[in-house]
Amino acid sequence: MNLTAILENALQAVAAAADIPALETIRVEFLGKKGSITELLKSLGAMDPEQRKQAGAEINELKQKVQDALNTRRDLLQHAQLAAKLAQEQIDVTLPGRSLEQGGLHPVTRTIERISAFFAELGFEVKHGPEIEDDFHNFDALNIPEHHPARADHDTFYFNPKLMLRTQTSGVQIRTMEQQQPPLRIISPGRVYRNDYDQTHTPMFHQVEGLMVDTDVSFTELKGILHDFLHNFFEEDLQIRFRPSFFPFTEPSAEVDVMGKNGKWLEVLGCGMVHPNVLRSVGIDPEVYSGFAFGMGVERLTMLRYGVTDLRAFFENDLRFLKQFR
Amino acid sequence: MKFSEAWLREWVNPAIDTNTLSEQLSMAGLEVDGIEPVAGEFTGVVVGEVVECGPHPDADKLQVTKVNVGGEALLDIVCGAKNCRVGLKVAVATVGAVLPGDFVIKKAKLRGQPSHGMLCSFSELGMADDSDGILELPKDAPIGQNVRDYLQLDDRIIEVDLTPNRADCLGIKGLAREVGVLNKLQVCEPVISPVSPVIADTKGITLSAPDACPRYLGRVVRNINVKAASPLWLTEKLRRCGVRSIDAVVDITNYVLLEMGHPMHAFDLAKLDGDINVRFANEGEKLVLLDETEVELKANTLLIADNNKPLAMAGIFGGLYSGVTAETTDVFLESAFFSPLAIAGKARQYGLHTDASHRYERGVDPQLQHSAMERATALLIEICGGEAGPVVEAVSETHLPTVPDITLTEGKLARILGVSLIKADVTAIFNRLGLTVLETNDGWQVSVPGYRFDIRIAEDLIEEVARVHGYNNIPNIAPQASLKMRTFREAELNIQRLRTVLVDRGYQEAITYSFVDPKVQQQLFPEQQALVLPNPISTDMSAMRLNLWPGLLQTVQYNQNRQQSRIRLFEYGLTFVPDTAAEGGVRQVPVIGGVIVGSMHNEHWNMENRAADFYDIKGDVEALLAQTSAVEQFHFKTGEHSALHPGQTAVIYRDDVQVGHLGALHPEAERKLGIKGKAYLFELDVTALGLRDIVQASELSKYPANRRDLAVVVKSEVRFADIAATIKKVGGNQLVDLKLFDVYTGAGVAEGYKSLAIALTLQDLARTLEDKDIQQLVNQVVSALGKEFNATLRD
Repeated sequence: MNLTAILENALQAVAAAADIPALETIRVEFLGKKGSITELLKSLGAMDPEQRKQAGAEINELKQKVQDALNTRRDLLQHAQLAAKLAQEQIDVTLPGRSLEQGGLHPVTRTIERISAFFAELGFEVKHGPEIEDDFHNFDALNIPEHHPARADHDTFYFNPKLMLRTQTSGVQIRTMEQQQPPLRIISPGRVYRNDYDQTHTPMFHQVEGLMVDTDVSFTELKGILHDFLHNFFEEDLQIRFRPSFFPFTEPSAEVDVMGKNGKWLEVLGCGMVHPNVLRSVGIDPEVYSGFAFGMGVERLTMLRYGVTDLRAFFENDLRFLKQFR
Repeated sequence: MKFSEAWLREWVNPAIDTNTLSEQLSMAGLEVDGIEPVAGEFTGVVVGEVVECGPHPDADKLQVTKVNVGGEALLDIVCGAKNCRVGLKVAVATVGAVLPGDFVIKKAKLRGQPSHGMLCSFSELGMADDSDGILELPKDAPIGQNVRDYLQLDDRIIEVDLTPNRADCLGIKGLAREVGVLNKLQVCEPVISPVSPVIADTKGITLSAPDACPRYLGRVVRNINVKAASPLWLTEKLRRCGVRSIDAVVDITNYVLLEMGHPMHAFDLAKLDGDINVRFANEGEKLVLLDETEVELKANTLLIADNNKPLAMAGIFGGLYSGVTAETTDVFLESAFFSPLAIAGKARQYGLHTDASHRYERGVDPQLQHSAMERATALLIEICGGEAGPVVEAVSETHLPTVPDITLTEGKLARILGVSLIKADVTAIFNRLGLTVLETNDGWQVSVPGYRFDIRIAEDLIEEVARVHGYNNIPNIAPQASLKMRTFREAELNIQRLRTVLVDRGYQEAITYSFVDPKVQQQLFPEQQALVLPNPISTDMSAMRLNLWPGLLQTVQYNQNRQQSRIRLFEYGLTFVPDTAAEGGVRQVPVIGGVIVGSMHNEHWNMENRAADFYDIKGDVEALLAQTSAVEQFHFKTGEHSALHPGQTAVIYRDDVQVGHLGALHPEAERKLGIKGKAYLFELDVTALGLRDIVQASELSKYPANRRDLAVVVKSEVRFADIAATIKKVGGNQLVDLKLFDVYTGAGVAEGYKSLAIALTLQDLARTLEDKDIQQLVNQVVSALGKEFNATLRD
C-alpha cells in the first residue's frame, strides 16, 4: 500500500471517529505496536541504507501527520465532551439563596446610634440613667421647684410625689455632674414619659440629651455644634434658626427649628446655656465653668429623616413597618 | 394667649404686615402658634336701620321690614330673627353681597313677600359658631357704612404660646411693650386718670397673710346697672382674644385682664359681712365656687374672706354667694397682688385652671394694682353707671417683691455668649427694654422694673441682650476642648454588638411600652408584684414591666392579627422589679430578650419548611453569650418559670449567678394570650453578662489530631451537659474538641434510653498520640461514663 493511501485512510478514519475510544482504536490501528505505520517503520530495517533514509523520512512524516490529526481530533472531542458536561451542569443562578432572612434595628435605635456616633466623634461619652427617677434629679436639681408651672406642663406619671417616670433625660446631666468634675462632654439617649396620648403624643418617647461643661463654653459654640449636627443628621444644607425660649435649667434658652420641605419651620430641639443654679446644685462653680445642654426628640428627628407620618407607628411594632428599616 | 392684632396696633403700630409681626414675635421668644381672621370673607354688607317691621302675612315666624341703607329707596327685607325691631341698627347684606361660603345674596320672594337683602347674624358673617338673632349695631353706627370698616373686621387673631417666664406678656400692655422694643417704637399707652370718689363708702382690709398677699386694693361702687349691655367694641375685643361676653361687670374685669394682664374681681357688696380679710383657709372650710361646685378647702389655700365666711379663692376663682348677679346694685372691686408662690399649684390641686390663676402663678406686676383699679372703675361707670368710693389700699411694703440691682460685666457677657458686643449697643438694648441701666468701668449696673419679674440674675440679662440682638446674629463656632483621650475598655460588652448579633440572626428589634397590661403580666408572672402607675393612660398600660415578655408577646399577637406568621423579635430595655433594698424601692435592670414564633425560615424552594423550636432560640442565646468570649462560664440548667413550659425551661447561669431564662411559652399562657403556634422566649440580664474576657492566645499543636466516635446509650433523663462535663474531665488537655453529632431513640435502643453519638478529637501539644494512647483515653472515658451514668457502648 502506498503511503498516500495510508494517510488518506488514516485521516478519513480520524475524521469519522465519534468519540475518544473510537479515536484510540484508530491510533492502535495505525500507530499501535502492530499498527500499519509501525509495521512500515519495522520494514525499514530490511532496506538498503540509501533507500532507508528516504523511506524513513517519508514514513516519519506520515506518522507525524497521523499523530497530529489524532491530537487535533482528540482536543476537539475532549472540548465537545467538556462543553456537553458543562451544559448539563448549568443551574438557575437567579433562584434565591439559602439564608436566614436578615432582621433590623428599630428606626428609633438607628437614629440614636447615628446621633451618638456624631457626638462620640467629638469626645462625648454616652451615659445612661434610671427611668424611674426621683424629684430631685428630674426637677429640683434642674431648677424646677415644686409648683413651678413648668412642672405642671410636664404631665408627669407619678408613683408618689417623690418618685416618677422621668419626663426628660436631663436628669442624667445631674447624675453625671454629681460624679464627675468638668471638663465634661456627655450624650444621654433614652426613654422618657409624659401622660399624654393623641395623634402627636405617645406616653413614652425618646430623647437624646447632650451636655458640655468646661471653662469658657459659650452660646456661639452651642450654635456651632448644633448646626454641624443638624447638617450631618439630615445630610443636606437646610436652613436652621435659633429661637429664644424658656427652660428652667438653661439661660439663655433656645429652640431650634429647621426648614421643612413644605417651607414651614419645624421645631427639632431645645437647648441653652446651663443655668448657674443647676451647676451650683451639683457643686460646680458657675463663675469658673460654663456649659451648654441640648435635648432632642428622637421620634421627631426619625420621622423627618425617614418620612414617617404617624408617631404611634414606632410603638405598634408592626413588622411590615419595621422591616422597611433594614 | 390669643389677642387681636388691631388692639395691639392701637398701642404700638409698626409698619410691618401681620406675618412679619408674628415672625418677629416668634423670634423674640413669644412663639406664634396661629393666625386667623376675626371674621369670614364677605363683601356688600353695610350698616342699615330697620324703619318698619311687621308680621309676615303668610308666615308666623317671619317679619317683613323696610330697611334704610342710605340709598335712594328703603329695602324690603324679610327677616326671621326675633330681635328684629324698628329702630335697630343692623348689618345688611345687600343684593350682590357675597357672604362666607360664597353665598350670594339675590332678589327673592319669601312666601310671596319681596326680599332684597338679608339682615345678618354674627355666625352668618363668620364671627361666631352660632348666634342668637341678628347682629345689633350701636345706635350711632353710620347708615350705609361698610360693616367690615365699621367693625374693623380686617383684623386677625394671633395666638402666642408664651413660655412660663413671660407672664408679663399675658396682656396687650406687655405685648405692646415687647413689640415696641423690637421695632424701636414708643408705645402709646391709654391715659388712665383716677376716678374721683363721689361717695365715702369703704371697707376695712386686713392682710392676715402678707407674705402671700402683700397688696390688696378695694373699692365700693354703688348704684350700678348690672343689666346694662356691654358695648360692641368691648365684646368684640374680648371675642378677638378668645373670651366670651358674660355680663357687663364680668366683661369689664376680663377687659382689664386682657388689656393690662392684671386679674380683677367684683363682689356683690350686699353679700359681704363687715370687712375684708385676706387669709389662709382653715383645713376643711367649705366654699361654693362660681361654677356651683363646692370645694373643701386645704389650709394652704389663700382666701378672700369677710368677717364670717370665705368669699373667694384668692387669685383663682370667685365664690358663688358673693358673686355679682342680675340683682346686684352695689359692687366691691378687688385689685390685688398675690405672690406667685402662694398661688402656684393651688388651682391644680382642686382641678382648676383660670385666667387669673394662670397669671398669678406666673407673676403679675406688683406695681400695677392702682392703674388696674382705676381702669376698671372708669369702664364700670361708663357702661353701668354708679358712684365710686375711694380706693382703700392695704399694703405690706416689706413683703412686696424687691428687685435687686444686677451687675453684669462685659467679660461675663462675652464669655457666655462667645462674642463681644459693642457696649453702647448693649446699653441701648437695656434702655429699650425699660431697664434702668448704669454703665460701669467693666459692664453694667441694671435695675429691673416690676413687670419683668423674670429677670433676676446676670444670665437673665445675657438672654435679653442675645434675644433682642437676635440669636441668629450670633455666630456659629465649633467648640474648643482639649483632645484628652477617653477610657475605652475592650472588655466592656457593647449593647450595639448584642443587637447586631440578633439582627444578623434574623431578629427585628421592637420597642414596646415600659408599662404593660397588668392582666397579661399577671398571667405570666403570677407570683411577682409589679409597680403600678396610679394615673395611667389606661388600665392596659398601667403596670411597669417586670420582664420584656408581656410586651413582646403582645407584639406577636398584634402581628399575628396582621397575617404575619414568621415572627422573630427582640427588645433591649429596662425592667422594673420592686426591691426595697434598691434606690427608690425598685431595681431597674437592663435586659435583652426575644421571642420566635412560626416557621424557622421563610418558605423556600429548597429548604426544609419547619417550625422554629427550642434549639433554634437556644442557638441565638448561645451566639449572644459567645460575645463574652467566656462560653465555658455559662450553663443551661433544667429549671422552672411561671411563664414557661415546665419541661422546656432552661435557667441560664454564669458560674453561679443566674443571668436569664429560655424556654417555650407555657401552653396555658399561649392559649390565654391567643398566640398562634409555639412561641419560644429568652431574656438575659445584660449587666450580669458582665465583661468579656480578653483573649490570651495559646500555643497550637504541631502534631496531628485524631478523631474517635463513640455511641453511648444512657437513660433518657440523663443530661448531655453532664456527660460532656465527665468526658472533658477525663479527657483533660488532650481532648481538644467534643461534638455531639447524633441523638437517637428507636429500633435498637431500649425504651426509655437514648443513644448519643459523640466525636472526640484528641491531640497532644508535645507528641504524636499513638493508637494505644488514644484507645486508653477512650477506654477511660467509656468507663467513667459507665460508672457515672450507667452508660453502655451501643453495638
